[in-house]
Parts: sequence; C-alpha cells; structure tokens
Amino acid sequence: MAKKYGSVKTKKMITDIIVHVFLAIVAVVWLIPFVWLVAHSFRAESTGLFTPNFFPEKYTIMNYVKLFTETDSMNFPRTFMNTFVIACFACVISSFFVLAVSYSLSRVKWKLRKSYMDMGMVINLFPGFMGMVAVYFLLKAMGLTEGNKLPLALIICYTSGAGTGFYIMKGYMDTIPKSLDEAAYLDGATKWQTFIKITLPLCKPMIVYQVITSFMGPWMDFILAKVIVRAEAEYYTVSIGLYKMLEMEFVNNWFTRFCAGAVVVAIPISILFMITQKFYQEAMAGGVKG
Amino acid sequence: VSTKELTKTAAVNQKKLDPNGLIYALKNGGPIVWLSCLVMGLTHFTVGQYIKGLIFLAIEVVFIGFMLIENGGLHWLGLMPSLGDRVTEEVWNDDLGIYEYVQGDNSQQILLYAVATLVALGVFIVIWRASVRSGYKGLDLKRRGKHIPTFIDDVKSLFDENIHKLLMFLPFAALTVFTIVPLVYMMLMAFTNYGRTGDHLTLFDWVGMANFISLFDNTSALGRQFFPVLKWTLIWAFFATFLNFFAGTIMAMIINRPTTRLKGMWRTILSLTIAVPQFVSLLIIRTMFKNEGAVNQLLMNLGWITKPLPFFTDATWARVTIIIINCWVGIPYTVMSVTGILQNIPAEQYEAARIDGANAVQQFMNVTLPYMIFVMTPTIISSFTGNINNFNIIYLLSGGGPTYIGDSAGQTDLLVTWLYKLTMDNQEYNLAAVIGILTFLVLATVALFTYRNSGSYKDEEGFK
Repeated sequence: MAKKYGSVKTKKMITDIIVHVFLAIVAVVWLIPFVWLVAHSFRAESTGLFTPNFFPEKYTIMNYVKLFTETDSMNFPRTFMNTFVIACFACVISSFFVLAVSYSLSRVKWKLRKSYMDMGMVINLFPGFMGMVAVYFLLKAMGLTEGNKLPLALIICYTSGAGTGFYIMKGYMDTIPKSLDEAAYLDGATKWQTFIKITLPLCKPMIVYQVITSFMGPWMDFILAKVIVRAEAEYYTVSIGLYKMLEMEFVNNWFTRFCAGAVVVAIPISILFMITQKFYQEAMAGGVKG
Repeated sequence: VSTKELTKTAAVNQKKLDPNGLIYALKNGGPIVWLSCLVMGLTHFTVGQYIKGLIFLAIEVVFIGFMLIENGGLHWLGLMPSLGDRVTEEVWNDDLGIYEYVQGDNSQQILLYAVATLVALGVFIVIWRASVRSGYKGLDLKRRGKHIPTFIDDVKSLFDENIHKLLMFLPFAALTVFTIVPLVYMMLMAFTNYGRTGDHLTLFDWVGMANFISLFDNTSALGRQFFPVLKWTLIWAFFATFLNFFAGTIMAMIINRPTTRLKGMWRTILSLTIAVPQFVSLLIIRTMFKNEGAVNQLLMNLGWITKPLPFFTDATWARVTIIIINCWVGIPYTVMSVTGILQNIPAEQYEAARIDGANAVQQFMNVTLPYMIFVMTPTIISSFTGNINNFNIIYLLSGGGPTYIGDSAGQTDLLVTWLYKLTMDNQEYNLAAVIGILTFLVLATVALFTYRNSGSYKDEEGFK
C-alpha cells in the first residue's frame, strides 16, 4: 500500500516538473521579443537593423538621449506630445459619450432603444476601415485634413464611434439595482440627479476602466492616424513616427532609436493596461450589491 | 395561419390608433394641425407655446434655405442621378483674350454632398413629425382644459423623463455624421465606376450591379483575386480562432492545476503581449523574423540551419509564420478570459467522470471542452469576426506579401488589408467598396448563423 502511494507521488512529482519546465519555456518564448527589444535599445556597436549576434555586445544610453535631442529629421518628442494631447481629448469625449449612451439604454425606456442597440451591432460588423476612406473625404470637405486642424480631425475619428461602444458599460449599469433609482425618485430626484449622484458614483471602477481604455486608443492605433495624417510629419502620432523609423531611408540610422522609442511608449501603456485590468476585475467581481 | 394574420392586423390597427402617432394627430387635430404640416410650429402658437413654435419655425426656415440656396441641397440632389458630367477645361474668353480655367464637376463631391443632404432630409422629416405631434398634444391638452407645458417645463423634462434625448444627442449626431454617412457613401460607391481604371477619378457614373457581377468573371480584376483572398481569409480566421482557443484553454488549465506554483507570475508574463501596443510587438517580431534577422542569425550561429529560413519571403512559410505568431499574440487573451470560467466548472462533473474511469484527456474532451464551447460561443464568434478583420497583424507582419496573386492582392492579404491597398495604393474605390460590403455580408452571416445554432442561444438554461 505504502509503496503504491509512493509511486503515485513520484508520478505526480514528475508531472509537476514537466509542467514547470514547459511553463518556463513558454515564459521565455513570450518574453524574448521584449528582452530583445530592450537590449537593442541600448545597443552601442551600430544603429542598423541587423547585427551578427542575437544580443548586442556593447551597451549605451545614447540611443535614448539622441531620440529626444536629435529632432531634425524625425521629431519623436513632438509625436509623443501630439499623441498625448489627442489622447486626452479623445478620452474625455469618448468616456462622456459611452456613459451618456449606456445610461440612456440601461435606465430610460424609449421607443427606439432596441433599434439603436441593433444598429450598433450592425455598424460594428462593417470593416472599420471601410468607412475611414469616406471619413477622410468628409473631413477633407470640411477642410480639416490640413495643417493644424489635423489633431482635431484625429480626435473626431477616435471619438465618433464611441456611441456604439456601450456594451460593457451598459451591462455593468444593468447590474445596479433599479430600486436605488426608484428610492431617489420617491425623494423627488430627477433622472439627471439620479444619473449624476447615484449611477455615476456606483460605476466608478468601470469608469476608470473606460477612461484609461479610451486614453490608450490613440497610442495603440496605427491605421486611422496613417490614413488621416498622410505626409504631414509635424502631426504624426507616435505609432506613425515609429513606423517611419523602420522605412528604407531611416532604418539604418534609426533602428536602435526605434527600439528606444518603442520602449518609451510601451512602458507607460503597459502600466496603464495593468491598472485597467485591476479595475475591470474589481468591477466584475464586486458588482453592485443592493 | 389566421391567428398570425389576426395579430398582424390587430397590430396595424393599434398602430393607427396610437394616440402619440402622426395619423392620430392629423385625424383629430383639425385644420390648424393640418396647416402646421406646412408651417411648422403653427399649432404651438395657437396654444401659447411661442418659444417652441419659433424653434420649429426656425428649423423649417433654415432647412428650406439650405435646400434652395445656390449650391444647396437641391443642387446636389439634382446632380445625384448623373453624378455630374462637366469636364474641367480651358475656355477661350474673347473679351479678355485669355484662356480661362473652368472648374468641372467632381462626382465624388457630388455624391458626398448628396448623401449628406439625404441624411439632413431624413433628420428634417423626423423633426417635422415631432413638431406636428407635439403641436397636437398641446392642442389636445388645451381642449381638455389641462396645463400646457411651458418652454421651461420642456427644458426641465430634458433633465428628467426625456433625459435620453439630452444625453443621446451628441453621441448620436457624431455617429450619424462620421460613421453612418461615410458607410452609406461607401456602400453607394460600390455601384459606381469610381476608380483609376478608365480614368474615373474625378468624373464617374452609376454602373448598377456591374461590379458585383464582375466578381464571377475570371478575367476581371475583382473576379481573379476575390475568391483566393476570401479563401485565405476564412482559412486564416479559422486557424487563428481555434488554435488560439484550444491552445489557450490548455495553457490556462496547466496554469490552473492545483500543484502549479507561481500562477500569478505565469499569467503576468503572458499578459505582457496584451499590454504592449500591438504595433510595437508586431514590428519587433517582423524585424526578428526577417531573412537576415535575429532568429535566422541565432539558428545559423547555433549551426542548426545553413541558410536562412524564408519566414516572410515564401508564401506558404509566410502564412504558417503568421498563424503561429498570431498564437503568440492571441493565447494570452484566451488564458485571461478562460481562467475564471474554468474555475466555474462544477467539480462534481469531474468527479463523476473520474469514477467512470475517465483519464485526463477524456475528462478534457467530455467535460471541459463541451462546457467551454457552450459558455464561450459568443466570445469565439466575436474573435472569429475580429480575425476576419484583423488588419494589424497582416499589415504589420507581411504587408500582404510576399508575392501577388493579381495586380493588387498579395498571397497573405485578408479582405481588409486588400481593401486598404485598393483604396490607399491603387485608388480603386469602387472595388474597395464592393469588398467592404462583401466582408460585411460574410461577417453578418457567420455571426448570425453561429449565434443562432449555438447552445447558449437555443437553450439558455442548459448548463445552470
């Protein structure tokens, strides 16, 4: 009996070892591109795309310094600021849109409510890029695709679709007991007061999630910015700027700086992402108890 | 049959008798309401709602003005059937003795403005209906001797029972102008010959269904390339979705095993791929997998291969590489969404399976998988449709390359990336619009069909 128990235990231990070795290999595979990126952002021997070894031989901080100081042919600090400003506006407007639509769909009964939700689903089934070309024509007709109006055009692009992004927020609002609203109405509160004083505070974790998610949108987006901004280098967002650095005429001088720029963008965005996950899980796990 | 019809007629009757409806208002309102159909806000004046009446009247005046002015709505609507046919040319001006440059029509502009006018017309009709109805409502209240809401009451109601009108106004306006108008415009474009072919970039015409018919013509640009691209798009979406789903589920189960240590650390490492912006990680991976890139260098330095592997230079290699790299991108998403669900599988089901002598694989196949598929169907569908539209991974990794199957689509192009190339590089807007509509149809079919046949739709109580 004891012997058999022992063999089961050994078998279990062997499985455990295999599992952990497997997970270690997985971890290496998932981490290597990032380790490689960070390593090459500090590479000292050359600035080009290809090196004979997997990891650099000498390391330096100069790539980061140059990225922020040499701004003649490619102005990284400027692209960073552009994106930051656009992201701030987009984040405020999108969050407002999402909250307003979600509240209307979750708390007010109106005739076209269902039709609006169906329409949102249908619109989301079209390739997002399809409308983009027409949006570009439309913005061009409004004179927004030139010079200093480009950031405005981008803000419009990032926020105009927010009216269909209500699923998560509305789902969350639906979990808030209606009895809370009814109690407020009995006390003479209007719907507006209920919205501001009851629903919004209870949605706090979800609002944080929404705000950060919409702030990250412009940082992660690549294609809309490319279609709208086209060749106006002064108004590039970081993603186009970084993409440019990998193009033929730049890559040999700029590859290590590209790595540095990618690290500079990736670190804050990853941290923000981890924060959204915390709030999202908190919102999902806690719910709102009546 | 007859019961169905009866309910239908009953519904129609009820609609006619809807006391908030337009027809009811016209039936019972009398001449003043009829007149208010022509002069918006007239009924409001007769019952003392002056500000509201003025607002409606002003809207009518502005709208009629917009339609009638030079280069206004009617001008563009009138040009819509022909889409314009004046060519830009130089005309000899006898008085000045010079050639004058006369601007011709621009079909793209005409179509855009005409669509915008149609949307404005739609909005106006909605407001017009509302004005007649709300006018009648005021009249009805007056007849019954009740309090007629003042303008201040109306504004107050926007913060109370009509709060949805206040809150939805801006989001819906933005959606209409920058999403719905462009979509309608692009869809109409599919029925024109707007494109570089035949020099139709400024002036183009309606061609009816010709673009769609040319899909089935092997000699046309669309027919030659569409079906290969569609085939690869579906293959890609299938593998990308299901490989990620199975591999991710297994990975999550491995991490979830009771004796696995450092669960949080493994999950965090995996979620890094989600946290780092995709264009950063994909561009890095593209660089690493180039022929002279780090991966080939490493393998050659180790002596495992003698010449570089053609990750992105051979079509088949490129397709497989992309699918595998997509696992790297996608498995963490599955792990994240699946972890919680796995913990919800009732433990008794596993116990029962164990008592029946099922081994680990059988337990996975008969307990875990059916449960997962049941719960996850909506997620799987949305990830399938997301993969059909997965622009980033293809564009940033292979750019559709390495080789072309026609004059614009590459071997790894999806419908979306092809759509992008058709518009941005090739300026074949009409073909791009056709591809967009067809992509929508594919997506809508997949979504509807799978959703309706899924367990979670047919039998919502099934697994509770």
